[in-house]
Formats: sequence, structure tokens, C-alpha cells
Amino acid sequence: MNPITGIYTTTVGKKILMAVTGIILVLYVLAHMLGNLQIYIGAERIDAYARLLHSMPPLLWFARAVLLFCVLVHIVAAVQLWLRNRASRPVKYRMFRPPEVDLAARTMVWSGPILLLFIIYHLLHLTTGDAHPNYEELAPFHNVVVGFAVWWAAGIYIVANLLLAFHLYHGVWSLFQTLGWDHPKWGPCRRYLAAAIAVVVGTANISIPLAVLAGVLHQ
Amino acid sequence: MRLTLHIWRQSGPADKGRFATYELGSVNTHMSFLEMLDVLNSELIERGEEPVVFEHDCREGICGCCGFVIDGVPHGGQRGSTVCQLHMRHFSDGDELFLEPFRAKGFPVIKDLMVDRGAFDRIMQAGGFISVRTGSAPDANAIPIAHDQVEHAMDFAECIGCGACVASCPNGAAMLFVSAKIAHLGLLPQGQPERDARALAMVEAMEREAFGACTNFRACEATCPKEISISGIARMNKDWRRALLRGGTAVSGKRK
Repeated sequence: MNPITGIYTTTVGKKILMAVTGIILVLYVLAHMLGNLQIYIGAERIDAYARLLHSMPPLLWFARAVLLFCVLVHIVAAVQLWLRNRASRPVKYRMFRPPEVDLAARTMVWSGPILLLFIIYHLLHLTTGDAHPNYEELAPFHNVVVGFAVWWAAGIYIVANLLLAFHLYHGVWSLFQTLGWDHPKWGPCRRYLAAAIAVVVGTANISIPLAVLAGVLHQ
Repeated sequence: MRLTLHIWRQSGPADKGRFATYELGSVNTHMSFLEMLDVLNSELIERGEEPVVFEHDCREGICGCCGFVIDGVPHGGQRGSTVCQLHMRHFSDGDELFLEPFRAKGFPVIKDLMVDRGAFDRIMQAGGFISVRTGSAPDANAIPIAHDQVEHAMDFAECIGCGACVASCPNGAAMLFVSAKIAHLGLLPQGQPERDARALAMVEAMEREAFGACTNFRACEATCPKEISISGIARMNKDWRRALLRGGTAVSGKRK
């Protein structure tokens, strides 16, 4: 079988696409989180970081193109699999209590779409500034502090990052299964890694709007 | 003990089906679930009604024939057990139970609680075997295999193909079954020559059936009467990916 048709025409292959794009997106989320945390060092530091990223437009746009591509592949594969999964049980159970199904696994199907909406809002809010009350180019410290002073905007970020943590908890563990990375010895550690990434990313990202609301970060 | 049973009645594949309610007055707690249905059926026959159709054969939990859904859980939710090994002492007097067939597009209902699991046979025919000269049973230990390897393969070989994995999967996926077969043979030396072709052919056959895809809910492994681990699904994914990247074909798995 031709690998490309094999990957695209089977559910096992589509899951591989989701896992590989998922890895790239998780790595980006981790890098983005590390970038964000520089806000605690001070306004000069994070503003300098923004100028650094924008000093290399080809690299910046290449990264954006890769991320956009990954997001699209991830979503297309997810929707196709979701449709197939829905079609697999045309007559529903009167009573259905599948055991062991955890909250993170059950909520993937809507944490995904909500995260997509959040990413669009996030880009309009802190990248283009269209959804921001007083946006300044290349001044992330100012934009974050002013943006999160609006309580509901901070609330959206907090809720979205909680969902992101759930999505990562199930997604990171799942991708190991999908790619067949398992071992009797270190297999159980996959759960801990997923939990660690979810907790670290969730806590770090949520801390920023909370710090603004609590007055720890101010101009 | 007294029981109220809401049982799915469907006269055939074309019928829409509906629940019918039956009251059982004196259920012996030592009876298995299927024996309880036998009692119900003899009452129904005496009343001149159509008995409830359910599949069964060995009634000792090893054949893979029986299985339906009791109150939302395939085989009734007793860990590591088929429904024939589930006894009425696990229920209480006055319980109201819903009995439904395994519901999946890949498992069309034949009648009442009995479904057609031919999809599993077609997947097995695609590669769930090794091509060897058959004859009398080979001598034990003629092929040296490490003990832990034998045990690991046996963990997957235990699959009886009952279909509870499909029935309990929110996605209606058959991956635990298919992966158990691929992992069982892939862990043994006899399974190596056709390992790539088997993974490709069985996955291809699985995709042709109307099953969903795995999203790692793990409901299958919790419901499996043989407690087969989803580590098998990781093995299947790995075997399939390797075979695909090596440019393997699904053809050599077929007998000449």
C-alpha cells in the first residue's frame, strides 16, 4: 500500500495524522508558555522577546504556516473520524454506561471546537488587536495587562486554558497509543507525562490573567 | 427474588424493534443470567409467546457466543466475565433491568438479543492466521520461546471474539478485537513471516466494516471478559505503521 493513501484512507492512519500534528502543537504550546512566563521578569524582557520574534519575518511566517497547517490537518482528521464514529451506532442504547471513560476523554469532542474558537479570539485579542480595547504594536506587557483588566476577557482565558489542560491530558497520552509507543516498563509513565504537561501548561497560562486581576502584574 | 426485565424484542433485521416488559416472580439466586432467561423462555413458551432469542453455547465463559448489554454494560459489568458466568446473586430483589443487544452498525441484529458478528469472521479471514503446513500437533517446545513471551502472547490469545469491545465503545470501534489478534500472532515466532501483511490486511478488513475508530476511552478493556489490555491497540498501531512505511502489501497474508 502506498503510505500516503494508507495514512489518509484509514482510521488508523488518520489517528497518526492527529498524533503527529498533535505533537507539533503540544511543543508549540510549551514554547508559547515559556515565552509567556517572561512576563514575570518584567515589561522590558517580554517586549524585547516580542521584538526578537518579529525581527525575523520569514521565520515567524514559516512557524505560523506550519501551525496553521497542523491545526487544519488535526481538525479535518478529527471531524472525519467523529463522523465515522457517530455513524457506527445508528440505533442508540436505551441505557449506556461504558465503564472507565474519564472526563477528559469524553470532553475531547467539544474541548477541541471550543479551543478553536478561543484561538480565533486569542489571535484577534493579542495578535492583531481587533478585539482589544487599547492595543499597542509590539508591546505585549501593556496589551496583556490592559486586556486582562477586563474581567470577562480574563475569564475566557482561564476557562479556555482549563479546557486546554483537559485536552492535553487526554491527547498527550493518546498520541503515544496511536503511534504505538508503549512498553511494559515505561508505558505507565505516559499518563504521568500527560498529567504533568496538562498541569504545568494549565497552571502557567492561567496564572497570568489571575496575576493581572490580583494586581500582581500592573503597569 | 423478583425481577422486572425490559428486553429488546426485534423480529428480524428489518424490524424496528421495541422493549417488552416481563415480570419474573421467583428467580433462584444460584442461577446464571442465561438460566434465568431460560426460565423466562419456558414461561413464554407455555403461554404460547415467542421466546427471547439470545446466543449461547459453552456457558463456561470460553466460547465467545453469549453477550448482550445489561443496564448499559456489555456482559453485565462483572469484571473479567461473560454474561453466562454472571449469577443472579449479583442482583437484588425487585431490580429492574434493561437488556439490549450489542448495538453497532457492524453487528446487525438478527433477532432480539442476537447479533450477526460476521464482520469479525471477515477480519479474521483477512489475516488472523499463520500459513503453515498443517498436520498432527507439533511437539511441545519444538520452537523455543521465552516464557514471558508466551505469557504475553497468551494475554492476547485469550480473546474469544465476543464483540463486547465494540458494544462498549462509545465510538463502536473494533480495535481491541483486531489488535488482540495482531498482537497474539505478532508476539510469537510463528507469526513473524506474515507480520507486516497481517497488520495491513486485518486493518484494511476492519476499515471495510462499519466500525468506528479508537479514541482511547478504554471502555473496551474494562468490559472485555478476558481483560485484554489496550496495549494491544498500541502494538497494532505500531505494526501497521511499520508495515506501511516498509511498503508492505496486504496480499502475502492470503493462502495460495
